[in-house]
Amino acid sequence: MKIFIVGGSKEVYFLAKAFISRGYDLTIVNENEEFCKKISRAFKVTVVKGDGSKPYMLEDAGIADADMVIALTENDPDNLVICQIAEKIYGIKKTFAVVNDPDNIEIFKQLGVDTVISTTYIISSLIEHRAIVDDIQNLMPIAEDKIALMEVDVAAGHPVTGKEIHEIDFPIDAIVSCIVRDQDVIIAKGNTKIMDKDRLVIMSKPKVQAEVLKCIRGRVD
Amino acid sequence: MLNKTEKYVVIVGCGRLGGHLANMLGEGKNNSIVVIDKNEEAFERLNASFSGFTIEANALEIEVLKQAKIASADVVVTTTNNDNVNIMVAQIAKSIFGVNQVIARLTDPSKEKVYSELNIETISPTELSAIEFQRIILRN
Repeated sequence: MKIFIVGGSKEVYFLAKAFISRGYDLTIVNENEEFCKKISRAFKVTVVKGDGSKPYMLEDAGIADADMVIALTENDPDNLVICQIAEKIYGIKKTFAVVNDPDNIEIFKQLGVDTVISTTYIISSLIEHRAIVDDIQNLMPIAEDKIALMEVDVAAGHPVTGKEIHEIDFPIDAIVSCIVRDQDVIIAKGNTKIMDKDRLVIMSKPKVQAEVLKCIRGRVD
Repeated sequence: MLNKTEKYVVIVGCGRLGGHLANMLGEGKNNSIVVIDKNEEAFERLNASFSGFTIEANALEIEVLKQAKIASADVVVTTTNNDNVNIMVAQIAKSIFGVNQVIARLTDPSKEKVYSELNIETISPTELSAIEFQRIILRN
């Protein structure tokens, strides 16, 4: 897969590392000369110094046969234009943009950007969820917060320990998707028994999260 | 004498271009104009006779556009000196708020293709100026 990363700073270095280890063909377009030098020294990738929101720049960098374009500049309008140039001029369907303003998530999607992520939104969601219920590991918003994903550690004294999932009165809008037990992952079924030290991975509607916790631990907090 | 239909015009950016346009359009009492600019000082370009409204805010924020009642605008003109901002606000006006007539200033003509299927008219000041210069040079 040929991926273009346009803009961004430190995170690009780590993204590049991850993508290269997966064998992707990477091209980096960035306006910062120092950064370009650093990346080209660190990795065997095509690095182009320039403004990725200019069509000729992307064309020169070889965007025509790219499979995916990722726009990471710090300006939302620049990221929009980068993705739209990729899509409308070069026919690249997989476009990915980061936005600062969460309102732009919906707007970018309506204007044709394939995937849109707002770091502001993710961070504020995480903080909000953490503020409500402490001691939950890794809360993550999915489908714009319509689905809540949480990991809950089970201990010996909890009401659910030792019971099979079908025996537990979980709220209807929640499901135990899988269980992490001793580094292993078990896909949860009705007859899966919950044991001490299990980490339950639960998907639910956000409004029943507190109820799910009460069910598992016998208390909310 | 034709009666001009009153048009509700939202101008984004009160720089030399936006400010001048606002002054020109604002002269007749026939148009309702709102000018948006991030910088209050930009509004100093407007004539004393300017009878429209000004909003000191960032037009990239949806709340600001709603405050300018963009959905009821007849015309939206994006005149900032940043092509990407102009493209984005123009598209929001057209595709999201359904504004009838959207015109955008575009310095880099190679970006025109981004606008193409969208029915947004683009004005390239450099291009227009060059054409005019040429006309003056070549006329006898």
